Amino acid sequence: MNRTVLDLWVGFFVALGLAAVLFLALKVGNLSSAHLSETYVLQAKFDNIGGLKVRGPVRSAGVLVGRISDIRFDPESYQAQVTMNIDGRYRFPRDTFASIYTAGLLGEQYIGFDVGGDEKMLQPGDSVKMTQSAVVLEKLISQFLFNKAAEGQDSK
Amino acid sequence: MSGPLDLVRSLGHATVDRIWRLGFATRFFFAILLHSGTAFRRLPLTLREIYFSGVLSLMIILVSGLFVGLVLGLQGYETLQRYGSTEALGILVALSLVRELGPVVAGLLFASRAGSSITAEIGLMKATEQLKAMDMMAVNPIARVVAPRFWGGVISMPLLAAMFSAMGVFGGWLVGVVLIGVDDGAFWSQMQSSVDFRYDILNGIIKSVVFGFAVSLIAVFEGYDSVPTAEGVSRAITRTVVTSAMTILALDFILTSFMFRGNS
Repeated sequence: MNRTVLDLWVGFFVALGLAAVLFLALKVGNLSSAHLSETYVLQAKFDNIGGLKVRGPVRSAGVLVGRISDIRFDPESYQAQVTMNIDGRYRFPRDTFASIYTAGLLGEQYIGFDVGGDEKMLQPGDSVKMTQSAVVLEKLISQFLFNKAAEGQDSK
Repeated sequence: MSGPLDLVRSLGHATVDRIWRLGFATRFFFAILLHSGTAFRRLPLTLREIYFSGVLSLMIILVSGLFVGLVLGLQGYETLQRYGSTEALGILVALSLVRELGPVVAGLLFASRAGSSITAEIGLMKATEQLKAMDMMAVNPIARVVAPRFWGGVISMPLLAAMFSAMGVFGGWLVGVVLIGVDDGAFWSQMQSSVDFRYDILNGIIKSVVFGFAVSLIAVFEGYDSVPTAEGVSRAITRTVVTSAMTILALDFILTSFMFRGNS
């Protein structure tokens, strides 16, 4: 086979392969959009994290502002210690409320920031003081049943 | 004379034989690495092999990728529709292709399309004593014949796997969005939000590189080690395909268990 034709085909092949990688990276993967370049760390303690996972999202007003980087058990307070990487572009007030929500009825769980009105901002490495645990469905149902039963007794 | 002792002896012989071949293959691998200089100094040699194992495999890889994507799109839609979450079709198609199907199926196709032909070529060269003739002329056959084919395969395989995955995603999009009518924006945005570049795509590429090394080594080794007869070469080709397939699937399990530990 002619050398130039061969070179042309191999060049075409390699270019096609690299284009495929680029397509996977930019169009299929999240290299272009959701890449958090500069982040800072925030901590939060929860009584119960439910089904929260590492690499799960942190949202404020529904917008992705960070990801959970680490979850561990704190043996002193018997709580779950959650570490989050927050996008460096966003700062949150000191009285921000961190709660665990569920996306949809059966969706993944995420941490939602409800912003307060404090003028001082959370600094990198700070802890979010006010937190709300995940809703455990069994507890909710048993509470509901308990209330119903109590109501039934009152009306007698 | 075929008592139970002979049975044990043949078992021992088979075991020693296997281990000896494994050791020989390992030494052969290092010999290739040692004599790779020529493959890169005389680049046309390697380019020619990339043409034979890569460019000529394009058709089978692209068409298979498209059809695998089409089937994934159809079956995924069938199942997801029951839970009313057809927008997640993009995630399903992309993750299964990028993480598993892309590298594995492309590897299997590569082994049967390019691996077998590499084995046949080297095996026939051995059977017709071309390798010996090269040795006589003080041309190292490993440097001149084996190493370019090995590196040609190693370079082609990840590119082919990436094309397979890209084509598959396109196939899934074709069935999901164009044919069935899943929302286009949701398809891509859901996909992008849950396919991570480092965690999913890079790990898939690492897999395909590992498979490229494994298949290329098996192909050149079986060819070089083949019995130099017509029957021996045909057996070597069969062994290449079978061993490659088993190695790819076993390596895939091992790599998956290291890469994806289910804490996403």
